[in-house]
Amino acid sequence: MSAPRPYNAPDTDAPTGHREVDPVTGYDTTGHDWNGIRELNTPFPRIVVWALGLTFLYSVVTWVLLPAWPTGHTYTRGLLGLDQSEAAVERLREVDAVRQGWLARFDDPDFTALAADRDLMAWATPAADRLYQDNCAACHGFAGGGGPGFPDLRDTAWLWGGDPETVAETLRHGINAPDPDTRIAEMPAFDWLDRSERRELAAYVAALPTGDATHDSPAGFLFAENCEACHGAQGGGGLMNGAPSLADAAVIYGQDPGTVMETLRVGRRGVMPAWGDRLSAAEINLLASYVSRVSENGKGGRE
Amino acid sequence: MLRLHYNLEKVSMGLVAAIMVAASIGGIVEIAPLFTIDETVTLPDDLRPHTPLELAGREIYVREGCYACHSQMVRSLADELDRYGPYSLAAESAYDHPMLWGSKRTGPDLARLGEKYSDAWHVAHLRDPRAVVPASIMPAYPWLGRPLDTRLLEAQLATLARLGVPYDDAMIANAEADALAQSRPASDGAAAVVARYGERIAMRAFDGDAERLTEMDAVVAYLQSLGTLTNAPYQIIGGGEQ
Repeated sequence: MSAPRPYNAPDTDAPTGHREVDPVTGYDTTGHDWNGIRELNTPFPRIVVWALGLTFLYSVVTWVLLPAWPTGHTYTRGLLGLDQSEAAVERLREVDAVRQGWLARFDDPDFTALAADRDLMAWATPAADRLYQDNCAACHGFAGGGGPGFPDLRDTAWLWGGDPETVAETLRHGINAPDPDTRIAEMPAFDWLDRSERRELAAYVAALPTGDATHDSPAGFLFAENCEACHGAQGGGGLMNGAPSLADAAVIYGQDPGTVMETLRVGRRGVMPAWGDRLSAAEINLLASYVSRVSENGKGGRE
Repeated sequence: MLRLHYNLEKVSMGLVAAIMVAASIGGIVEIAPLFTIDETVTLPDDLRPHTPLELAGREIYVREGCYACHSQMVRSLADELDRYGPYSLAAESAYDHPMLWGSKRTGPDLARLGEKYSDAWHVAHLRDPRAVVPASIMPAYPWLGRPLDTRLLEAQLATLARLGVPYDDAMIANAEADALAQSRPASDGAAAVVARYGERIAMRAFDGDAERLTEMDAVVAYLQSLGTLTNAPYQIIGGGEQ
C-alpha cells in the first residue's frame, strides 16, 4: 500500500476540481457553503492511516497462521494448526499431571497414614475445600452444616458411618442414586395406619430424643411392631442400614410431631448423587478424608 | 486507495453497493458453514431428544428467563473443563430450538448439571435459593408448585418434528400421557415412555409428590437431563461416563 498522497494540499487537484484554499490553515475547503459557513477539507491524520494499514496487515498474517476462512465442508486451518479444543484438553492434562504430584498419594486409601502426613494434608486441605465447595456445599452447606433434608456433616450422627472408608463408598455410589451399587434406604409411607394411630406414634417419636417417651404404651407397642426393625429398639438406631436413630435429635427432616406425621404419611427417600463418574478415585478419597475430619473437629474442616 | 474512496464517497449508489459488499463478507463467513452443517456436524448415535416432560420444563426455563443468568455451554478452556466437565459440542444441542448456549453467566453454567444434585435439592433451591445456598442472589420461584399445563405439548412435539427433531407419530400422539407417566414410574404408561425414549431417561416424581404433575416436576426433569442426552462429550477427555 503506497503512502497516502496529500491530495487536498494546495498544489494538487482536488477530485472535485474545486479550489478554495483557506488562508489561515492553507487547506482546501469542501466547496459546500452553509449560509456562509464553509468546511475545511482537513487531510486524514496520517497515524490513523498507518494504524488502518497495520490492522490489514495483521489480519492477513492471522489468516495465514490461524483457522480463518470457511471452504464449504472444512476451513483454512492455518500454518500453526491451532485447535482451541485440543489445546484446552492438553492444558487440562498438564494441570492434572502437576496435581497428580500430590493427589496420587490419595489413590491408595490408607487414611490413617494420609492423615498422619501433616505436610501433605497442609497442601491437600485447601484443594479438598475447593472440591467440597464445588460439589458438596450446595446440599451440605459451605461449612458442612446441612439443612432441612440434608445431613449435617459436623455432628457425630451418621446413617452409614463417618469413617473415611465408608464416606468414600457413599461418595462413589451415592444413596438412592441411579448407580448400580448405590446404597438404598427408604422410609416407607405408613399411610395405611389409622390417622389416630399415626398421631400417637408421632407424639411418641417426637418425645424420643428428650427421653420423655413412655415405652410401655399403645404408641410404644405400635413403634415396636412397625418401626423397630429399622430404627432399633426404642428408636436407638445404630443399625447402619440407613435408618436413623430417633433418640439423638439428629433426624434431618425434623422430629416435631407435625413433621413426623408428614414422614409417616408420604415416607422419605433422600437421595445423595453418586460421584464415581464425576470425580476420580483419588479426589473421592481426598473428599472422604476431608469430610470425616469435618465431623471430628466440628468446624467444617477449616482449621 | 484513498483517492478511490474519496471518489466513491461522491457516488451515493456506488457507496451503498460498496458498503453492502464489505458488510456481507462478515456475514458470509458466519453463514456459509451453516449450508453444509448436516455433513460437518455428525450427530452421536446415542443422542436422544428431550422427553415431553423435559420439554415442558425447558419451556418454563425459557419463560422464567433462566438463560439470562445461566449459560449452557462449557467453553473449551482448561479451567472450565476442570470445573464443569467436557466442553459442549454443537451436536449436543442439535435438537434444541432455540439453543440456549448463552454467554452471560451471573450464575454457574448448567450444561453438565444433570444428576449432579438430588431432585430434593433442586426443589428446595428453586422454591427459595437462600434456604440451601445462603450467598445466592438467584430469585425464588415459589409458583412452580402449580399444576403443569400439558395441553400444548402434542403440538409442540409436532412442530419440533417438522424442524428435524426425531419425534415419531407415537411420541407426538402420546406427548401428554408420556409427560404424566414420566413423573409416575409406577403408573401403567411408564413402560411405554421408556420404550419410546430409552432406558437412560429419569423416571421419578421429581418434585417428591407423585400425585400431582407440577411445573416443578417439569423444570427439575429438564435440569436433571442437562448433559445426559448423549455420552459423546465424555469421550473427549476420556473421563468417566455420565
